[in-house]
Amino acid sequence: MSLRSAVQRVMAIAMVGACAVVLTGCGESSQVIRYQQGKYQGKTDSKPWDNEPSPFSASGLTKGDRIAWETQIKTRNQNQNEYQRAE
Amino acid sequence: MARMKFLCDAERCIECNGCVTACKQEHEVPWGVNRRRVVTINDGVPGERSISVACMHCSDAPCMAVCPVDCFYRTEQGVVLHDKDLCIGCGYCFYACPFGAPQFPQAGVFGLRGKMDKCTFCAGGPEKDGSAEEFVKYGRNRLSEGKLPACAEMCSTKALLGGDGDVIADIYRHRVMKRGAKGAEVWGWGAAYGKPEGKPAAAQPTAGAKS
Repeated sequence: MSLRSAVQRVMAIAMVGACAVVLTGCGESSQVIRYQQGKYQGKTDSKPWDNEPSPFSASGLTKGDRIAWETQIKTRNQNQNEYQRAE
Repeated sequence: MARMKFLCDAERCIECNGCVTACKQEHEVPWGVNRRRVVTINDGVPGERSISVACMHCSDAPCMAVCPVDCFYRTEQGVVLHDKDLCIGCGYCFYACPFGAPQFPQAGVFGLRGKMDKCTFCAGGPEKDGSAEEFVKYGRNRLSEGKLPACAEMCSTKALLGGDGDVIADIYRHRVMKRGAKGAEVWGWGAAYGKPEGKPAAAQPTAGAKS
């Protein structure tokens, strides 16, 4: 192999490599950031009915009694309806 | 039980700011921070309307979406809360919120912006329910005491309703049906509070009588 053909081969390989590198710029990768909902990173919260009643708590509540808590909330919800209280 | 929601009846709100005061007092909210406020449109003009605004505890909350540190969470009752230990006070949530609910204490010098503070639906935060830490960071946890938010329970005209979304929607629907008026007639005290069947909406005050 002559020196000239060796140089031509190297140059051809270099050209192919350069073309490959340049063509990567023509890719169709998305330019828009896709939003992904993050996950809460903080401390876990307890359920409102899952605590010892305080002196300020409504009467009839006990720890872990969800039904009693919901009943209390429902009663207080309806206390906002003065039509029901009056009729 | 459905999601917890607020509903303000603009026909009934008399701009007394009782809800604002109740919130301030209940949670010992610092100066410059208003978890709830009353907005009046056309103030001083006949037909003005007032509405009490705070965090609406959105089902698809924009504040949760934009928070870079993911400090928001939603409780089983649909209340949007946040962890102040994670909050970096960047203010993105304020820009995202359509109600201007997130508040930032400015207690320090050089425009220091503290950690975000907002309405908690009186549900505290991710600290032990009823603890001193919870009160200092988030205010009182009335929900864990079997109570509804102080603002709604204190509202003298019951313009502000708070609680189970389905229930307060029913209360409001019943109220509007009782008013019986349509369109522009739905205005004023008599319309807001309804009237007995077959009677005029409101008795006209006699001359010289106090209104």
